[in-house]
Amino acid sequence: MSTTSASGTDFSDSAPAGSAGDGQALPAGIGPWALAWRRLRRNKTSMAFGGLFLLIVVLCLLAPVYSHDVAHIGPAAENITGTIKVGGKTENIVSLTDIPIGPTWHSHYFLGADELGRDVAVRLLYGGRNSLEIGAVATLITMIFGTLLGLAAGYFRGLADGAIRGVLDVIWAYPAVLLGVTLGTVLAVGSIGPLHGTNLMVPAVVIGFVYIPYVAKPIRGQTLGLREREFVDAARQQGLSHLRIMGWEILPNLASTIIVFIPLILANAILLEAGLTYLGAGVQPPNASWGTMITDGIDQIPAAFHLVLAPGIMLVLAVLSINIFGDGLVDALNPRAKVRISLTGSETDDH
Amino acid sequence: MARFVVRRLLVMFALLIATTIVTFGLFTLIPSANPAVLIAGRLATPQEIEQINVEYGFNKPIYVQYVKTMKNILTGKAYSYQSGFNVDSEIKAGLPATLSLALGAGFIWLVSSIAVGTLAAVRAGRLTDRLLAVLALTGVSMPVFFLGAVLLYYLGYKLNWFPLGGYTKLTSNPLQWLKHLILPWFALSVLFIGFYSRVLRSSILDSVNEDYVRTAHAKGLSERQVLVRHILRNSLIPIISLFGLDLAQVIGGGAIITESVFNLHGVGELARDSIQRLDIITLMAIVMLTAAAVVILGAVVDVITAYLDPRIRLMT
Repeated sequence: MSTTSASGTDFSDSAPAGSAGDGQALPAGIGPWALAWRRLRRNKTSMAFGGLFLLIVVLCLLAPVYSHDVAHIGPAAENITGTIKVGGKTENIVSLTDIPIGPTWHSHYFLGADELGRDVAVRLLYGGRNSLEIGAVATLITMIFGTLLGLAAGYFRGLADGAIRGVLDVIWAYPAVLLGVTLGTVLAVGSIGPLHGTNLMVPAVVIGFVYIPYVAKPIRGQTLGLREREFVDAARQQGLSHLRIMGWEILPNLASTIIVFIPLILANAILLEAGLTYLGAGVQPPNASWGTMITDGIDQIPAAFHLVLAPGIMLVLAVLSINIFGDGLVDALNPRAKVRISLTGSETDDH
Repeated sequence: MARFVVRRLLVMFALLIATTIVTFGLFTLIPSANPAVLIAGRLATPQEIEQINVEYGFNKPIYVQYVKTMKNILTGKAYSYQSGFNVDSEIKAGLPATLSLALGAGFIWLVSSIAVGTLAAVRAGRLTDRLLAVLALTGVSMPVFFLGAVLLYYLGYKLNWFPLGGYTKLTSNPLQWLKHLILPWFALSVLFIGFYSRVLRSSILDSVNEDYVRTAHAKGLSERQVLVRHILRNSLIPIISLFGLDLAQVIGGGAIITESVFNLHGVGELARDSIQRLDIITLMAIVMLTAAAVVILGAVVDVITAYLDPRIRLMT
């Protein structure tokens, strides 16, 4: 009657299936998490893109170092009248007709300048810090509240379930962008407690809130099933408190679902931040994110398309790497999918 | 069957009434969005605000104001506090563009995602499947306004194949209508194709082991017949449910970003503008339009799903 036996039960029927999918004998007694980790490690694409995402995170965290030691210019430093040597020629950073210089591929203005003569590469890394930070905080909010609400609704059922589900359904019925923009705008001009105006945490809280039902609903469904299981019955017989049963018996069994949701929510949170910022309801100046940079860059089309392309590609790369890693995570934690694939494969081979 | 649909409709309706209440409450409770202050302007004296409160009925209990606003919108007598325009005629002006966007894009993303998802499932685990997976994931990783900007720059500005945004009425010039809509259709569809095709793929792979599929094989049906008549028919159910809600939201002005990037002047752009100027009356009308679309398409989806899966009828 321990948590390990409880989580073991849930995986026990899937573990042999997984080993069959891997097509080789596994040492006896290997745990479900070790198995999942083994499957994930074998998925080269997923690991590569997971690595790419880590690289992006590290680069963004090193923004001050890059700014100080490589580019020698701060993220807000303007330089409208300056010049730079490119391939032996001296060029204006911002031309006389207000067109900023494109990528130089050198340490100075590596990705070019914007209309105020600021270094795009430096701003890209600083902006990435904000995008990633908002995404991370939003994901944390969604995961914590989504899990708690889903767990409580599924475990207590009845009145608590009805109340929680009602609230979740109202949030759900709203288009995500519409709800995000409404909340973001209202908070940008007004305030709730410490959340106001240009605070970076405003979009983070809004986005975290918008996605809560997407996590809470599946967690609730799974909890409804788990609470009827023998090990929960046994815990109840022992007279354990509700809190203890939820936290120590049911929650560990939800772990794989929760883990699968983290990259999914993170990817969507980063995207939604960019969208809200585009609509003026996300990151507010003087702060900047990738979303801010793309939005500002759109105003400079067609003269300086690199202002859209640089942050856009960075944003897509970050989100795509999270998504591909997340996809591998699903496969690793849910080995049934793999068995099915080999089944259909043999079927299609037949004709 | 009828009882099932009616009950679903009632639940949906209650939900959507709740969303209008939340919207209204949000704007009334937050001081900065208080309509009286917004109308009076920044330098208004307390007396002036008091006068506006009486004039517009803002001093009445909030539920009285809510009911009055709802009634005005439904009878076409609601006027924006900020712009003074009749909100119903503003929405009517935006609907052709939004409907053109929604129906065209909806058709494209539904057909493409069924094709892509089925192909990926049939070729599961092979190179085609892996390529389609990467494409689908790229689709869901692409912010619409970035994709829109790239499309407009290369295909519109550089190659001059398409106009740089805007909307032309179908009735005034069908060819221009099409030319203005192709890029928005594509930009909006990409995300949905990526998402739906993944859902359909796993839904197909899940149903391969179902009893009715084994029965169909045992009856001696060909692979193609089993796939189309039995596997696909059932696997489409989650897709149809998603499609109903997503299409309803686009019709209700949910494609705010797409409409803004391509300057379609539809309901979505109206939603953006009304939120930016904290225009509660217009926003309420748009939320009600979304609600109506969600309820109506929800009913259609229920009927289609019941047709696709006979077991659903038994569960009422």
